[in-house]
Formats: sequence, C-alpha cells, structure tokens
Amino acid sequence: MGSQEILIEAKGLTKCYGEVTAVDNIDFEVYRGECVGFLGPNGAGKTTVVRMMYCFLPPTSGELKIGGLRVSTQCRKIKGMVGVAPQEDNLDPDFTVLKNLLVYCRYFDIPRDEALKRANEQLKFFQLDEKRNAAIDALSGGMKRRLIFARALINQPQILLLDEPTTGLDPQARHLAWDEVRNLKKKQVTIILTTHYMDEAAFLCDRILIIDKGKIIEEGKPSELVKKHVGEEVLEVDYDEKLLPLLKQAFPDGDFERLGDRMQIFTDKPHGVFEGFLKEHPMQNVTIRTANLEDVFLKLTGRGLRED
Amino acid sequence: MTSEKLRNSPARFGLPKLSYRVWKVWHRNFDVFTKTITVNFFPSLLEPILYLLAFGLGLGGYITNVLGQPYLVFIAPALLAISIMNGSFFECTFASFVRMYFQKTFDAIVATPISVEEVVAGELLWGATRATINATIVLTVIGAVSLTYKPLILTPLFLLMIPLAFFGGLMFSSVAMCFTAAAPNIDFFNYPSFLFLTPMFFLCGTFFPLSKLPLAAQGVAMAVLPLTQVVNISRGIISGKVEPILGLSPPILISISLAWIIGVTLFFFMISINLMKKRLTS
Repeated sequence: MGSQEILIEAKGLTKCYGEVTAVDNIDFEVYRGECVGFLGPNGAGKTTVVRMMYCFLPPTSGELKIGGLRVSTQCRKIKGMVGVAPQEDNLDPDFTVLKNLLVYCRYFDIPRDEALKRANEQLKFFQLDEKRNAAIDALSGGMKRRLIFARALINQPQILLLDEPTTGLDPQARHLAWDEVRNLKKKQVTIILTTHYMDEAAFLCDRILIIDKGKIIEEGKPSELVKKHVGEEVLEVDYDEKLLPLLKQAFPDGDFERLGDRMQIFTDKPHGVFEGFLKEHPMQNVTIRTANLEDVFLKLTGRGLRED
Repeated sequence: MTSEKLRNSPARFGLPKLSYRVWKVWHRNFDVFTKTITVNFFPSLLEPILYLLAFGLGLGGYITNVLGQPYLVFIAPALLAISIMNGSFFECTFASFVRMYFQKTFDAIVATPISVEEVVAGELLWGATRATINATIVLTVIGAVSLTYKPLILTPLFLLMIPLAFFGGLMFSSVAMCFTAAAPNIDFFNYPSFLFLTPMFFLCGTFFPLSKLPLAAQGVAMAVLPLTQVVNISRGIISGKVEPILGLSPPILISISLAWIIGVTLFFFMISINLMKKRLTS
C-alpha cells in the first residue's frame, strides 16, 4: 500500500443537484500509491465523487483535499497533477489520434518536443501507433478507450482517476489496461477507479468503497469484505422446496438466497463442508464455488435494478 | 473554509479570472480551422461576390443614387458589417454548442489546468477571430472590385476594418454565447437566427438607408440593435459617409456607436462567461 501519506481526503463531502442529493456527507481517505475502487449501482454517486476530485463539479458542502490542496480554491494545481479518463468519449473528433495527444499536452503547458516524445510513448504502449494519423471516428470503441487512457497519462499524473475505464473493452484490451494500472501502481501512482466489474475491482484494488444512494455503506480490502459478508464458499443448487429443510438443517448458520429457479447457500465454514454434504446427499446440477466480491456487492446493494 | 462559504462559492456571478491559457482554447479552434480551410474559406469567398454582383451591379443598375452614392458603394460597408455579425454569431452559437454538447470538447479541456471561464473566453476570442477572417475575405473582394469600379475608392483607412471586425465580432460572440448558455438543444438557435439576426440583416441601414425610416424606428435601431453600430462605423471607414440617423452628425454617431460597442461587449463578455460557467458546473 506504500507510505501512509494521505493524498485524498474528504470530510462531510456532499453534492446536491437541486433537490437530489447525489453524494451525501461522506468521509474517506486515500493514501499515496493506493488503488481504491468505488463500487456502486447506477446513480449511486460514484461519478459525482470522481468529478469533484478534478474540480469538474464544485461540492455543495464539506471538504475535499487533493494532495493537501482544497478543490474549492486550488483547482489549477490539482488538475495539473491529476489524470482523468472519463466514462464518456470526449476525444476531440476534429483531430487525428496523435494530434489529440499533442493538443492535450498543450493544455498542460508541455513543450512541443516533450509532447511529441510522450505521445509516441503512449501510442506505442497502447498499441495505437498504426492509427496515429487516423480520425477519431475511424477508431473502434476499444481503441477510443485506449486513447482516452493514454491521454489521461500524458501529464504524468500523481493521481489517476479512472471512471469505468474498461466498459466496452474486449478481453485483450481490458488486460492491457489492467497491466498498465498495475504498472502505474508500482510507480506509486495513486489510482481511483469506478467500475461495475467486480473481478476488475478485486484484481486491481487495494481497498474498496461500496457506495449506494450517495453514502459509503462499506469499505475494506476485497478479500476481507468477502470473508466478512459472504464467507468462504457458495453452494448453488436447483431450487426445490423439499430440499430446503434438509439444507437448513445441515447449514444452520448459512445464508440462503433464492435466484429464480436456483438457490445459493453462503457459509463461512472452512472449505470442504459442501463436498461432505454432497457425498451424503448426491444431487443434480450443483456448483460449489469460492465466494467473491460480486456476492458481497449484491448482498449489500440488493438485486433490484437501478435506473440511471 | 466553513461549509457555509463553500456553499456560496460555485457559480457565483463575478469578474472572470482569466490567464494566458485562454489562447490555448483559441489555438485549438484555430488548428481545426486551418485543417479544414478549404471547406471554411473558399465557399465563404463566394457569398460576398454574389451580393456585390446581385445587389451592387444588378439592382444597383436601377438605383443610381442612395445618399449621394452609387448603390454598390452604399452596400459595400454593410456587407462587411453583416460578415462580421454572421461570422461570430454562428461560431458562438451552433459551432460552440456542437463542441460543448455533442463533442464534449469543453469537458475534456476543463480536466486540464484550463478553467471553464478560460474555455468560454477562448471561444469568444475565436468567434471574434472568425468575424475578422470573414471581414477580411469580404474586404479583399471589395478591394478587387474597387480596382475596376471607379466610384468605389478605398483609402488607407480601410485597415481600420480589421480592429472593427475583431471588436464587433467579440460583441456578437458574447451575445451569441448567452443564447448558447441557455440553449436546451441545437434547434433552439432558430429563435435568435430568425428573430434577432434576420431583422438586423434588413433593418440596420444595410440595404436601404435607416435615416429614411420613421424616427421611432431609427431610435430603436440605434438603441438596441448591435448591427446598426457596426454599419455606422463601417460606413465611416469605407465610404467616409455616415447616415444622418436621428439627424445626428457623423462624429457624434460614430462616437455613440463606438461607446455602444465597447459597453455592450464588456457587459455581455462577463455575463456570457458567468452563464456558461453556471451551465457547465451544475
């Protein structure tokens, strides 16, 4: 996790849009070199938090400090040390791939020679070198995401804000992005990530904040959260009312959840209890798997669909 | 800082804080313009030529004397003023809206050390630049015509058209940007285009003398229509003859129009930046 220097600090942070409270009085800290994931359903307030971090939106009340600087007064300095990969595509369609990076360098006061050097490095790393003179419209969705990623790194930021960075990427491109995130973590770059992909969060993040309806409802290391909320293992069987008493008797402490025609039983007992049970009571269509972050997420935020 | 103070700080009206970074936004638009110059430049060359041919020579054949001038000499400065108005107004309505709303270009820029205020100010200066480019094109055409058409004489004063185009353009840009700040969608610009620009196109002493209209109409045109001011000064520069609007003498009219442009530009420059900031940060 690196040193314990606090790089991002929020106290009583609140953002209202008219009557709607998108972020509701939250406190959190991020340490230098950490990768922290904000998880939450649509409309939970993740993107609003990220947007306040790079001064795109002013907080309604409370305090937010980036590198010891207040977002309310020191925007310029903060934005100089932050790299942003937003959710939506805001590449400049009036320019080519290379020119997008060069113009972005100019916004950061990066001299022309240095800009060209950095742009070439990024294009090479993100495998966009062949497309350097292509128009933005000619890029695939994955290439656009990669270019947004490259652009976010062009000012060599201390803090990288990734708002759903891999949404819409194919597995190859996603792994490329993950490689880069892990590479940047080694260089002590602090990373804030919002995502809907639990495997991504579990793989990349040192710590996770689960946010729902504008509030942080849980936080911790991915593995700890899994252990705490859903235990070790999950047994999935076809739903059968006759089976229920038997299972409840065998796992009195287990959590039972019905999902359509399937049923999940969570337990914090050590590995192997389900195997033992199945030996005594053989059944069809059974899966035993390790509990994961997605189970935690669904348990804490519910299974109801969220509108944007 | 208390949370109470913070609550008030966003989107509060005030003097915009600007730095040299404004020019980076301008430069972005300039780069796009030079890249697309064949689409932007040459077609716009045709319009003033057509106007001069159709109105100046065609219609002018029947109208031999307007305020003691041939018709072509009368409309030449007005065509310059119209090119200033159109160049800046369309740049800061349709074009700015596309960059803001569809391309999210502003969102991308404000994630860098450039502020929202500087983005909008850069757009306004670019709108003024577009007006200057357009006026220069028309001026070139008028200059070419003056070589063969004797009654049209350009004195070295014509160079004053460049600063007039820039500052007149900045005025129209600033007014246009207020519409952009309020626009819910791109079709909204039909309102200012048809209800604001088109009336000015005809009624600001452009194709017929304003001083021949009833006094009330002259008063309204002088009081509220920005194009009237630009036409007045443009006439002074190009033909040396200013219309006696409201019976006022040329020096007084030109002074009023200059003061009008400066005052309205300063006012709307500030208002438009504040309105855009409010729109983009809430």
